[in-house]
Amino acid sequence: MAKRIAILGGGTGGTLVANRLRRRLAPEEAEIVVVDRDDRHVYQPGLLFVPFGLQEPDGIVRSRRAQLREGVELRLAEVDQVDVEDNAVRLSEGPPLEYDVLIVASGASLLYEETEGLRGAGWGESVFAFYSVAEAVALRDALREFRGGRLVVNMIDMPIKCPVAPLEFCFLADWFLRERGVREQTELLYATPLDAAFTKPVAAERLGGMLERKGVALETEFATGRVDGEAGRLVSWDEREIGFDLLVSVPLHGGAPFVARSDGLGDELGFVAVDIHTLQSKAAPNVFAIGDAASLPTSKAGSATHFEGSALCDNVCRYLAGEAPRGSYDGHVNCFIESGFHRALLIDFDYETEPLPGRYPRPHAGPLPLLRESRINHMGKLAFQPLYWHMLLPGREIPGIGAEFSLAGKQPVAAAEVGE
Amino acid sequence: MSTVAYAGREVDVDPEGFLTDPGQWSEEVAAEIAAENGVGELTERHWLVIGFMRDTYLESGSAPSIRTLGKASGVPIKELYQLFPKGPAKLAAKIAGIPKPRGCI
Repeated sequence: MAKRIAILGGGTGGTLVANRLRRRLAPEEAEIVVVDRDDRHVYQPGLLFVPFGLQEPDGIVRSRRAQLREGVELRLAEVDQVDVEDNAVRLSEGPPLEYDVLIVASGASLLYEETEGLRGAGWGESVFAFYSVAEAVALRDALREFRGGRLVVNMIDMPIKCPVAPLEFCFLADWFLRERGVREQTELLYATPLDAAFTKPVAAERLGGMLERKGVALETEFATGRVDGEAGRLVSWDEREIGFDLLVSVPLHGGAPFVARSDGLGDELGFVAVDIHTLQSKAAPNVFAIGDAASLPTSKAGSATHFEGSALCDNVCRYLAGEAPRGSYDGHVNCFIESGFHRALLIDFDYETEPLPGRYPRPHAGPLPLLRESRINHMGKLAFQPLYWHMLLPGREIPGIGAEFSLAGKQPVAAAEVGE
Repeated sequence: MSTVAYAGREVDVDPEGFLTDPGQWSEEVAAEIAAENGVGELTERHWLVIGFMRDTYLESGSAPSIRTLGKASGVPIKELYQLFPKGPAKLAAKIAGIPKPRGCI
């Protein structure tokens, strides 16, 4: 009899895993059911471009069902909770969905309510975010009208989806305001709870230097306690204040609410606790997690999800065959960092090695330079959108881009420091 | 890596002063690190956080973030900033004798 694989979430991870598994497992071996609350698949990297008029909002939303192979069922429902003991998912309506294998791919949720005042006075007027199409459009409209003053970008705390997004927003805002002729009248400031522009030292130094060259002030170790939209100020837990005319907030992230409601499934932030190499849940051997939903010490990013996909599918098939999982995911992730003026950087790293300068994907030959601004990286970022729909979601390997991280072509830290 | 003397014993520390071996820690070492970092006398509330930091680290292999502390240590974030000014997660980790929180990427 066919086993049932239930996948919670039809975003990047859920879709690419459903498609990969459907190709590997015959219908008589496995039934594959994806559960999501709606049929709108958003290309999330596109949300960064919407506020600057670089991306039409309609262009980044497609049907979830249309991204799934034939033989994958999409069930529209809210997930209430998972009963790991009973191998069943309780849904908002209908009978529980029983499973042989469960894959949690429900992404990260935005926890606006955990920051006092964030969605209070000023929300949508002087306080914005860019984590949904509607939010990004509202911010676009505000930036079009912006006449100068103090624009503050504030990341409230890690972990967040795409950790470089706040920096990209700063770089693009600098470019956009110059194009509009209001940069001179604008003070740009990035406030972060970290002690530098970024988490990893070599990249933090380079990115911090770029902020400085672009005239973006950096306020470090600023832990936002509340947003006072009425007075236009951020107040930190230790009572420091930053005034703003326009705030772009990167709210706190957590896992999907049902994870927290499901006994033993999540950590204290609602991300699914998994083995960092096998992606197998600590709660049960037939439960796995992928992408932003998983509690992994790597970036929450589509590229990480893509690389996790190959390890996860192997392990699901191994589980079905009665074999032990294999720990093959190494934390590999790469991200383009848009820097404005039609240029971008690229970083490539894993659990062990921080982002370093060098060339990618071919050592020395590249053609993409790492941790350095270039036009070709910007072209790469633009080229990624069609790749996302046509290769990444269908669960195909991207030629020349291996799932495993490689040190070849990267310069060690000491050389990197001398480099520029 | 270098060594520093706390409470009459040599301990190994990283360049920022975080102990590299939690086994070399003691309550006396904690008190001296606290004093050195302007935290002053350690109260019951400080010890609650320090204990939580060590338990979490020894169990999971990584130091808890400020959000985890706020949710799970029993001490609200506001108070954490009063107890360990500026960077509670970092400072409490230093006093608890565990490596610096990695700050997930």
